[in-house]
Amino acid sequence: MDKIRYQVLAGTHTGYRLLLWLLIILIGIGLIAAHHMETQGHWVTGMDNRVVWGLPHVFAIFLILSASGALNTASISSVFGRSDYQPLARLSGLLAVTLLTGGLAVLVLDLGRPDRLVVAMTYYNFSSVFAWNVFLYTGFMLVVLIYLWVMMTPQMRGYVRSVGVVALIWRLILTSGTGAIFGFLVARDAYDTAIMVPLFILMSLSLGMAVFWVSTLTMCRWNGYRVAPELSEKLRRLSAVFVLGVLFLMALHHLTNIYMAHHQGIERFLLVDGGVYPWLFWLGFVLCGSIVPVWWFLDRRFCTPAWTVTTALMVIVGGLCHLYVTIIGAQAYPLRLVSGYRVDSGFYDGEITHYLPTLPELALGIGGVSLALLITMLAVRILPFLPTVTRPLPGSNQG
Amino acid sequence: MTQRLAIVSLMILSFSASSIADVTLPSYPKGKGKYCVEPTDVMRRDHFEYLMHHRQISVHLGVRSKRHSLVGCVDCHASQADDGTYISVNEPGQFCRSCHVYTAVKIDCFSCHAAVPDAVVKQ
Amino acid sequence: MMTNPANKPRRHFLGRTGAGTALLALAPGVKLVDLTLAKDEDEPASDETRWGLLVDADRCTTGCRACVSACEEEHALAKTSRTQLDPQWIRKVDLVDESNDRSVSIPLMCQHCEDPPCVEVCPTGASFKRADGMVLVDKHTCIGCRYCMMACPFNARSFVHEEVTGQKSYSPRGKGTVESCTLCVHRVDNDRTPACVESCAVDGHGALTFGDLNDSESTVSKTVRSQPHRELRPDLGLNTGVRYRGV
Repeated sequence: MDKIRYQVLAGTHTGYRLLLWLLIILIGIGLIAAHHMETQGHWVTGMDNRVVWGLPHVFAIFLILSASGALNTASISSVFGRSDYQPLARLSGLLAVTLLTGGLAVLVLDLGRPDRLVVAMTYYNFSSVFAWNVFLYTGFMLVVLIYLWVMMTPQMRGYVRSVGVVALIWRLILTSGTGAIFGFLVARDAYDTAIMVPLFILMSLSLGMAVFWVSTLTMCRWNGYRVAPELSEKLRRLSAVFVLGVLFLMALHHLTNIYMAHHQGIERFLLVDGGVYPWLFWLGFVLCGSIVPVWWFLDRRFCTPAWTVTTALMVIVGGLCHLYVTIIGAQAYPLRLVSGYRVDSGFYDGEITHYLPTLPELALGIGGVSLALLITMLAVRILPFLPTVTRPLPGSNQG
Repeated sequence: MTQRLAIVSLMILSFSASSIADVTLPSYPKGKGKYCVEPTDVMRRDHFEYLMHHRQISVHLGVRSKRHSLVGCVDCHASQADDGTYISVNEPGQFCRSCHVYTAVKIDCFSCHAAVPDAVVKQ
Repeated sequence: MMTNPANKPRRHFLGRTGAGTALLALAPGVKLVDLTLAKDEDEPASDETRWGLLVDADRCTTGCRACVSACEEEHALAKTSRTQLDPQWIRKVDLVDESNDRSVSIPLMCQHCEDPPCVEVCPTGASFKRADGMVLVDKHTCIGCRYCMMACPFNARSFVHEEVTGQKSYSPRGKGTVESCTLCVHRVDNDRTPACVESCAVDGHGALTFGDLNDSESTVSKTVRSQPHRELRPDLGLNTGVRYRGV
């Protein structure tokens, strides 16, 4: 009879120490970049009056979606009663909190007035999804911290399921809110559609699982433990399903747009002749980020931890490409100001905007990712998140 | 023992002397006219309340009364150089700045608001 | 050129009539602003008024930038070499009709919609619609998130990308906040017309008319009720305060 025991990470592995220092340096560079952006103003970025959300937002939305999706393993174990997933539930919860922290850090530091964060927390316009997100994001962190607490406190184990249900519902609402940020915008041809909501939900599941894979397998390697092959196979199959789901909804979204004459312009731009955007979409997202990972997740020849991490990293890169096209490509395409007329002006109307991210933006985005990973790496050394036994308990549902 | 006492006393004296020297009470050029729109002690205590209320009613409601407006403050309290050009109220030694440095309360008004009246601006 | 409110009696009908006549003399047949009752400085804006702007594209010439220059001067909108970062509260847009290649030029600014998407999405409520229909940004509460810029169907808003100096006292603006055409609210609240409207009239084109859409006698209101005209992006159902003729 194998009992699950949790322990802290020893932290003696060279890889761990090297990565720790690298992350600290990257966070430092990110903070310098944020300070530079705040004191100089946004002219030091590639963003302008046409492309107003740039690379930092790509990273921020990626981190927020991953945070929601990373909780997936914990949800399956607590809410759906699959005890074979239970050993990895604590790590899943930890990642949800840390990834969200990183994402929010990037989002806040990219504001034009980050010093006015207190204003954002005290003045609310509740017709805005952003205002709701202030509560959804911070509330999610609180709920997941409570979730971790009940998971890790023996006397509170009876509450794991109910808190798990709350966390699951909360993250579905949170991810819907993130999708609605774009879905509720009538102005842009690439948005203005309710499909953004389920699309973002599936993206969160896909990206969250990918980040979960990379983090979990890396930490297990440092601690010298192996995820049980049966559990690994189930999770890989689940990841493949999520990646396919995203692909399906994207295909649906684009096909529907292609049927609408007034949306054909944006579709041709993003998918065919928009320069960098079709490359990122087809090569980055579809091929490297979806088709190949689905194959490698399902093919038993690629089931080792090293291959799984590689596959997961490809999903992450594909997700970043997808978000880049979704967020920035949509802004680069000109607005339809007056139907029936070609438009030209000194303010770049009727033209494609050429956006090029700058170093401060990249540094800020990477800094956010590093912050999330650093907090994770420190947390696993302080509290017992890592499992010591990952074989399924007897009598559990093999599914 | 006497040596230690002497050293300690010297340290205390030098610190107090330097701290006295560091405290510069606000001093700024006098504003126009005889009186401000409210009594001085009221203004010192409550000027930010007036400004906060006024910004709410002027921006959101369109009430443009001049009594408690920031433009009004700047109009009276901006001093002029010898050649007649106005000096920003946010410059060291000028009206807003000197009290705010003394109280160590950072203000943000003049990142957006003009710190001189609309007449000739000192470049 | 600010009127001194301390000397302004509550109703100075004669004075305004005199001023109105002088304005009419500038450009015969062109009514600039219709004489409504003066708003006293202590009165809040009222929803009995809805400010509107009428653009007559037939009178607007390609290459003329009088309205744009007037706005830039009025609000001290300094330009840099980085034109894509520069603020542009009003811009001239050249349109070519796709069916017959007819070209027309119009000024484009914040449309002051009745149902503004920018107001809906602002998390702090900094982007708001005043009672009299003007859509403005309260820069005290703007956090610079740029969500309103994503939401605007006209790219009407600009973000201040660097530090600003030399602001006019009636038009505060600063780094890190979002801004757009205010319909010269500081002028309108003092019974004057927006700078763009005035400069277009002074230049002799008279393409811009400002007035109260709720006043049945005003030119803008009469045009909207009975003459062919359009709003931009009518498919969005925004009910804009800016209307166009000849497009």
